[in-house]
Amino acid sequence: MLFRFTGQLSFGQFAVRTLIVVAYAVIFAPVVMIVVTSFFAQEIVSFPPPGLSLKWYANALSKPEFLRGLVTSFQVALLATAIGVPLGTAAALAIVRGEFRGRQALSSFLLAPLAVPGVVAGSGLYMFYVLAEDLLDRDIKATTEGLVAAHTLLAIPWTVRLVVASLQGLDRAAEEAAANLGASPFTVFRRITLPMMRSGIVAAAMFSFIQSFENLDLSMLLVGPGRITLPVAMLNYLEFRIDPTLAAVATVQIMLVGLLMVVTDRFVKLSRVV
Amino acid sequence: MAQLIIEKLTKRFGTSIGVEGLDLSVNEGELVALLGPSGCGKTTTLRMVAGFLPPTSGRVLFDREDVTQLPAYKRATGMVFQSYALFPHMSAADNVGFGLEMRGLNAAERKTKIEEALKLVRLSHLADRLPRQLSGGQQQRVALARALVINPRIFLLDEPLSNLDAKLRAEVRLEIRALQQRLGLTTLMVTHDREEALTMADRLVVMEGGRVRQIGTPQELYDSPVDAFVADFVGRCNILPGRRADERQFRTSGGLLLPVDVIGGERDDANAFALRPERIDIVPGDAGEVRGRVQAITYMGAQTEYVVAFGDETLVAVRPTPDAGEPLAALKPNDSVSLQWDRKVPRLVPQTSS
Repeated sequence: MLFRFTGQLSFGQFAVRTLIVVAYAVIFAPVVMIVVTSFFAQEIVSFPPPGLSLKWYANALSKPEFLRGLVTSFQVALLATAIGVPLGTAAALAIVRGEFRGRQALSSFLLAPLAVPGVVAGSGLYMFYVLAEDLLDRDIKATTEGLVAAHTLLAIPWTVRLVVASLQGLDRAAEEAAANLGASPFTVFRRITLPMMRSGIVAAAMFSFIQSFENLDLSMLLVGPGRITLPVAMLNYLEFRIDPTLAAVATVQIMLVGLLMVVTDRFVKLSRVV
Repeated sequence: MAQLIIEKLTKRFGTSIGVEGLDLSVNEGELVALLGPSGCGKTTTLRMVAGFLPPTSGRVLFDREDVTQLPAYKRATGMVFQSYALFPHMSAADNVGFGLEMRGLNAAERKTKIEEALKLVRLSHLADRLPRQLSGGQQQRVALARALVINPRIFLLDEPLSNLDAKLRAEVRLEIRALQQRLGLTTLMVTHDREEALTMADRLVVMEGGRVRQIGTPQELYDSPVDAFVADFVGRCNILPGRRADERQFRTSGGLLLPVDVIGGERDDANAFALRPERIDIVPGDAGEVRGRVQAITYMGAQTEYVVAFGDETLVAVRPTPDAGEPLAALKPNDSVSLQWDRKVPRLVPQTSS
């Protein structure tokens, strides 16, 4: 629609279209810049580049912390999603379907991690972990478990939000129809409710995974030796060097997230859910 | 098929009344329609019969079995929902087969029955479509097949035609009625559409404010409404407040004297005169008992509507549209006319303020 010119445009239409193009440019320019600079041959980014090269990709591969970071990030994101999405889904069901006092409060409470800055939440968790370690006499901070627990806090609010939305738009008459046809409450849930919530749950899983995979601020204080996530590994690298290696790593990250969205979109039309 | 008996069924929502003391029986193979404006309790009643809503008091029986405490999924009613409520992730055939699966039929048995049911509603060629790939009328037929295939004890219809366009509605109305009669389905239907109710039902229940106003055949309700609400709800009706002048006349509050034969059947609190527009004859000129002036003439195709004024009051008469040359054809606004009717036809009914 945007670029289909049919006849004369009024000034208003022209202005709106220009605004849209500018908005997209502003959103995508940094992403495009990162991808482009990852192929520049020189260390200090300047235009025009003296040449193009893949050496920064080679450099990234030669640093074990990046590969290990990628694996850790993947593990943590998968686990946090696997734990957070079922929990968030159950909570969403309680919030929409339950009949108890304080549903609104529960909803606000579960969405709260979205409103708290990651660094604050991370610091809070760090102190909490230290206390818990004293009490339980075992390691929590700088362990995969601790990290997964923290990232589950990212998955829950996203899941609650998306699944609540999909539950609210769900036609309850279909559930009644199933009961009318002889399905027990559990069967109704398994055969009708759950499939109808599917798109919300799939979208929640995707967003939870991405949130965890790219998270830096919450994780900074919680990682430990050998359990460094990719974003933290990138920050660590940045402390000593500035060269397009990070652009190369970021490009790989962007490609992975992009791939994930494309795959998800094959199962659920994302434009219809989000 | 079973007989449906409803005894003193009551549903209160907090302090407000949903349904109050409803008594009704639907005989085997009979179609009874609950008719009334929104909020009259008709849907609440249907939902209590289906088991979606627990009654505050009263009983629901299928044949002699008390099902009041039985959950919906054990009642074996077949319901067609207003929104059709098809399962969006299942094909038409799987929608129809769901109830059979719940009854433990194996795939082969299901297949035969699904084919039969889809054939019944003439949808065999669309068995593999998802609901969203079907038109409204087709979705409705899937919903119908899905409810019928399980051989329900009671067939329930919740405003089954309200989402169809007018032309389709008339068609599906006849189709459902034919199916219901052929299969001998004991049916309870909810509707707010009087035409739907009059054409489909063996008996009607007119409800208002959670209470039954009148139960009877369409003809009984149309010709002998117990009150002005029913008179007005089941069809167009002239309703003029006033009181009886003597055995042969009714005096409207505007002072108009209208001929009526009082049979003695009307209620003591009767304070309105009710007469259907098509029961009124028009004679040009001022020779008759009830004389007035034509205020408006509206051509409606096969029929023509005449609004006749008597001072501040008006009566509406509907006649077959006259051919050219007939006396009525020459009628114009402001002409003098007399109105006549069989004096046994009007009803004197109570008019409540609600």
